[in-house]
Amino acid sequence: MPFTDSIGAATINGLAYLGGLARLSGGAARAVFVAPFQGKKFHLSRAVHQAMSVGVEALPITSLISFFIGTILALNAAYELRKFGALHLVASAVAVSMTRELGPLMTAVVVIGRSGSAFAAEIGTMKVNEEIDAMETMALEPVHFLVAPKFLAMILMVPCLTCWADFMGVLGGGLFGVATAGFTWGSYIQATLDALTKTDIINGLIKALMFGLVITAVGCQEGFSTGLGSEQVGRSTTSAVVKSIFLVVMVDLIFTTIFYITAPR
Amino acid sequence: MASSLTPKPVAPPTPSGAAISVRNLRVKYGEREILHGIDFEVPAGETMVILGGSGSGKSTLLRTLVGLEQPSSGEIWIQGKDFASISEDERDELRKKMGMSFQGGALFGSMTVGENVALPLHEHTHLDDSTIEIMVRLKLDQVGLSGFENYMPAQLSGGMKKRAAIARALAMDPEILFFDEPSAGLDPIIAAGIDELILKLKKAFRITIVVVTHELASAFLIADRMIVLDKGVIVANATTEELRKSKHPRVRQFLDRVPEPELTGEIDYLQMLTGDVPPARQ
Repeated sequence: MPFTDSIGAATINGLAYLGGLARLSGGAARAVFVAPFQGKKFHLSRAVHQAMSVGVEALPITSLISFFIGTILALNAAYELRKFGALHLVASAVAVSMTRELGPLMTAVVVIGRSGSAFAAEIGTMKVNEEIDAMETMALEPVHFLVAPKFLAMILMVPCLTCWADFMGVLGGGLFGVATAGFTWGSYIQATLDALTKTDIINGLIKALMFGLVITAVGCQEGFSTGLGSEQVGRSTTSAVVKSIFLVVMVDLIFTTIFYITAPR
Repeated sequence: MASSLTPKPVAPPTPSGAAISVRNLRVKYGEREILHGIDFEVPAGETMVILGGSGSGKSTLLRTLVGLEQPSSGEIWIQGKDFASISEDERDELRKKMGMSFQGGALFGSMTVGENVALPLHEHTHLDDSTIEIMVRLKLDQVGLSGFENYMPAQLSGGMKKRAAIARALAMDPEILFFDEPSAGLDPIIAAGIDELILKLKKAFRITIVVVTHELASAFLIADRMIVLDKGVIVANATTEELRKSKHPRVRQFLDRVPEPELTGEIDYLQMLTGDVPPARQ
């Protein structure tokens, strides 16, 4: 196949994949926000169960990683700030970096590793075991039954986790600030609050919401497209993680650009 | 909802008077046609067994009958409705009157046996939890699995999984039941138990049953009528007695267990499966 044809085919495949993600997300959104008003059942208990798994159980690892990231950020910022005698700005550097970028991004990476891969493995295994087919023969819509609870849990829990990650990152930076930059815990927190604007936090949460959508859609889509055989489940899981990370970074780039243009600090 | 203990009325017939009527059904996977114009009918309350070797298209036929594959052309009339052309909502309504038992059971691994059986009742009825609990016990009792409500599917043997899958298929008191290889992979005693269960269901509830199998003993025991598929076409459609006397070479080969001549390559194998003549040899 000529090079240009390959590019064309790859572009069409990529757009078709994105179309599939949009369709899946649309179906899940309809199941969560519209179908219950049309008399169709939506079992909140399944969404709560997913929320526990996606959010609450991810708290320890998210806390640990975010705390360390906060400390690392402070250490790296201190290199340059010390040259200008501006070590006191380390709190604002950490706060803005965590809330606008690293909080949402690191949370997304943790959620991809824990939940995105689990979605692909769960749905992929069900596909291999004909459980998805069984669902259809019982007049149960797989998107309604499997994807919708995950969708709701993710759009609620990823922003919540991100808030927590932001807080832990600030604490991580505070550890450096208090230990070496002459801050007290009180003055560090105050400097953080002074540096942050509402926009910083909202921008980070919008990104987190979009990351949650992307991770759910990719994990479930990869699960549904699992081929025959148990080895395919492994491939789907790997593919879900790789594609989710790529798409999360792409979404991050797009939204950061939009925020840069529309709402500069 | 009708009680599970009373015999069900015979399903409303298709225009031709049968519970299931398949007309000139063709199914393609990509460019390759798997079923080449299938015609048959299943009278209400009867058991139709679809026989055929591996790759003959019998599982594809079953999957198309329950709506898991889309036909490329043809009609599937079930209870007076063309299953292939009705709306998604109508299809779901029809599916609530059908039960399907998959080859591997296809029980939901994250749910107990009781939850598996209760699922369609929770989703499609407004029965309260205590009524559903009683119905689950009844269904499990019907398939000989009383007391297994709280077991996980992974804790069950192969035969028990199939029984649990049948209990789930029976949950909505279906008028038509489909079985994919009900006795495959089971020892003869357990397989005989599944056959007996199918006969019992037919007798007790007058359910129309369609079974796909390649187990001859099982097929002859449970069938009222049988069709034999070969390379995506029906080579015989007869009662069990008529089929035993058939002189059709492929039917005789199948019934007399005569092995295929050795295949020499991939094209030969594909040709055997689908009946297509490869372009290079035309």
